[in-house]
Amino acid sequence: MTQRTHVPAPRTPPEAVPPAPRDLVDVRGGPPAWTGLWFVLPFLAFYVLFLLWPAVVGLGYTFTDRSLAGGPVSFVGVDNWRESLTDPALHASLWNTLWFTLLSVPLMVLLALGLALLTDHARRLGWFLRFSFFAPFVLPVTVMTLIWGWMYNPSLGLFNGTLGRFGIEGPEWLFSEDTAMFSVVIATAWWQVGFNYLLYLAAMRSIPGDVYEAAAIDGAGAWQRVGRITLPMLTRTTALITVLQLIGSLRVFEQIYLMTMGGPNFSTRTVIQYVYDSGFVGLRIGLASSMAYIFMALIIVASIAQFRLFTRKEEA
Amino acid sequence: MRAHHPQNTTRDPSRGTAPGMGRRAFLGTAAGLGAAALGTTACAPPDTLLDGRTRLRQWNLFSGGDGLRMIEMHDAYRAEHPGIDLRATTFDWGAPFYTKVAMGAAGGRGADIATVHVSRLESLAPGRLLDPIDPDLLAGFGIDDTVVLPHIWEQCFFDGRLYAIPIDTHVLIQFYNLDVCRRAGLLDEEDRLVETTGLDDYLAMLREIRNVTGAYGLSVDTWNPWANFWALYRQQDGDIVFGEDDYEMDDDRALAAMEVLYRLSEEGLAPRHSMLADTAANLSNGRAGLMIHGNWEIPTLEATGVGFSATQFPNVFGNHRTRGDSHCYVFPHQRDRDPERTRAAAEYAAWMLRNSITWAEGGHVPAYQPVVESAEYDALHPQSEYREAAENVQFEPRAWFSGSAGRLQDEATGALTTLHQGTQTPEEALDQLKRTIRSLLSVPSPV
Repeated sequence: MTQRTHVPAPRTPPEAVPPAPRDLVDVRGGPPAWTGLWFVLPFLAFYVLFLLWPAVVGLGYTFTDRSLAGGPVSFVGVDNWRESLTDPALHASLWNTLWFTLLSVPLMVLLALGLALLTDHARRLGWFLRFSFFAPFVLPVTVMTLIWGWMYNPSLGLFNGTLGRFGIEGPEWLFSEDTAMFSVVIATAWWQVGFNYLLYLAAMRSIPGDVYEAAAIDGAGAWQRVGRITLPMLTRTTALITVLQLIGSLRVFEQIYLMTMGGPNFSTRTVIQYVYDSGFVGLRIGLASSMAYIFMALIIVASIAQFRLFTRKEEA
Repeated sequence: MRAHHPQNTTRDPSRGTAPGMGRRAFLGTAAGLGAAALGTTACAPPDTLLDGRTRLRQWNLFSGGDGLRMIEMHDAYRAEHPGIDLRATTFDWGAPFYTKVAMGAAGGRGADIATVHVSRLESLAPGRLLDPIDPDLLAGFGIDDTVVLPHIWEQCFFDGRLYAIPIDTHVLIQFYNLDVCRRAGLLDEEDRLVETTGLDDYLAMLREIRNVTGAYGLSVDTWNPWANFWALYRQQDGDIVFGEDDYEMDDDRALAAMEVLYRLSEEGLAPRHSMLADTAANLSNGRAGLMIHGNWEIPTLEATGVGFSATQFPNVFGNHRTRGDSHCYVFPHQRDRDPERTRAAAEYAAWMLRNSITWAEGGHVPAYQPVVESAEYDALHPQSEYREAAENVQFEPRAWFSGSAGRLQDEATGALTTLHQGTQTPEEALDQLKRTIRSLLSVPSPV
C-alpha cells in the first residue's frame, strides 16, 4: 500500500465555519477565474501529462496487440477484452484481491479503533503506546516482509519454534494454500494499522472534553460514554478510514509479491501481480491494459457504492 | 540471486533520528546519506563525451555474489583500458531487467552491450531487438567456436546468425555438508561424496543422512522446482517440443520426474517448504546433508563458514544431466550503431571471457575453455569438482515464454510446488502443467 496523505475530515460541520468577510470577496473583483487558472496550471499540466493522457493511451492499447518488445502493432478489436474476461487466472486473482480486502478492511479498521481507544484511555503510557502502534508503519515493505518471512518460517521461524516448545505443531503459514492469505493479512495489519490508528486517535482527541464531563454528571458510565459519545462522533472518521483502507487493500501487491510471490500455487496472486505478469513478464501490454481497466472499473464501483452507503447513513 | 541492493540499507528506518540528534543534524546526515547513495549509483562524472574516450554502456542483472565479481573485473578492465569509458549498470534480476532491455532495444537506444540468459534469446526477438554479432570481429579478439563448448556455442545462434557471446554455464549441482556426510560415512578419504546410481540408491543415501541430521537428507528450493523437474525429466531423455499451436511431451517420463519430487517431501527426506534463503540455511546449519541448488550459491555458503563441497547433480535416472543456462553478452538493437563502439563492445566481451577466472570464483563455470582447463581453475574448490556439469547441461526448449525468469517457469512453479507440499499428486500436477503450456501456446507471441 502506498502512503496516504489525507487528513481526517474536520470535526466541525461545514455550517459552523464562519462566513468569509465580505470585503475579502470584493477584493477578488475583475476576472477571478483566469487568475485562479494560472495558479493551478502547473499542477493541471502534470495531471494531464502523467495521468489523463496515459489513461487515454492505455485505453487505446487495449484494442491492439501492442507488445512491450515493440514490433508492428495491429488492431485486434475486443480480443484482449474477451480474453481477459474469460481468463480463469484473472478471475482467480480478482478473487484473491477481494478476499484480501474482505479480510483486511474490517480487521484494520476495528483494530485501529481498539488501539486508539486503549491509548486514549491510557493515563501514563500514552506516549509509549502511540510509539509502539505507529512505529511499524514507517518500515519499508522490504524490511517488513523480511522480518515476517523469517518469523513465519515453518521450520526455523519464531512462531512455530515457540509453539513447538509447548508441543504444538504450528501451521505452515505462508507455505500452505489454506493459511497463506491469512498470514499475509496479519503481517499487513501489524505493518499498516498505525495510519488508521493515528487518524482515530486524532479524531478522539478533538472531541470536546465538556461533552464527556456533562455525560459523567448525568451519570453515564465509562462504557456508555464510549458507546454513546465517542463512537457516534467518530462516524465521519470511520467512513474516511474505511474508504481509504478499502482502496489501499484493493491495491495490494508489494508485500504479497515479496512474501509469497503469489504462491503457493497462485493462492495469493493478486490481480495487480497478474497484470504485471501478463504485461511485464509476458510482454503483452495490450492484454495487460485491458485487465487493468477491468480492475479500475471494479475499484471505482466499490468506492462509489461505499461512499453512497456512508453518506446515506449520515443523512439518516 | 535475488539479493537486495546494498544501498537499500540507507533506507532502514530503524536508523532514523537517533536520540539526542537535532533536526538539523539529522537533515544534514540524511542529505549526506542521499548524496552517498547517489554517488554509488551514478557510475561516472556527468559527461565524459568531451574527453575523447569511447563510451561503452553495459547493462547487467548481477546483484548477488556474482555482481561483486563483475565489479572487480570491471575495475581491472578499466585499469587496462584508459581509452574506454565503461559505464556498467546493474538492474534487478529477472523480469524487471528483461523489460528494460526489451524496451530500450525497441526504441533503438539499447545499451552497447548487455548480459542476458541464453535461454531468453527467443523472447528478445533476435534480429529486431538484438543486433547480430560479426563472428569475424569476435574471432579477431580470440573468441570463436574453438574456445567454447560446442553445444553452448550452438545456443548462441538464431536463424544461422550469431547473437550472443557466452560468458558461463550455470547449473544445478549437489552441495554437501562435510561434517554431516562424514558422520553418515558417505565420504571417501579425499572427502568426496560416494557415487550413487539410480533413484533407490539415492533415496537410501538420503535416509542414512536423515538418521544423522534428525531432520532432512536433502535441501531443495521447493519454491523454485522447475529446474529440478527439468533436470530429472531430461535425465530420462524427456523433451518438450513446441509446434505452432501444439506441443509434444512425454507424460510417463514427466510423471516419473514429478514422482521423485513428490516422494522426497512425502517421505520427509526433503522439506515441504523451502524458499530462497532457507535452502542454503538448511544445509549450513546441518538440518540436511545434501543440497541441490545452483552453483551461484557457493558465495552464500562460503559466507556461512560451514565446511562444504560440491559435485554434479545426482545420478537419478542413469546420468548426471542437469538443468542449466548460460549468461551471455548480447548487442541490444541500436538504430545508429557506431562501428567504433561495437568494436569496443566485442573487445570488452572477449577481455571478460579471457579473464573469467574471477567469474569462476562465484561458482559459474566459465564458457571460455582455456580458463576451465587452467591450473588456476584446478585450484578452485569446489568449482573444479563439477566442471563436467557444463557438458551435462540441459537447456530449455526454445519459445518466447521459456527460459530463466520467463512465463513458463513462473507458471509451472505453481503446479510443481504442490508436489513438495503434497497437495497434488503427480497426475494432478501434470494436468495443471499441461493446461499451463496449452494456454501459453494458445496466445499470440508478443515478440
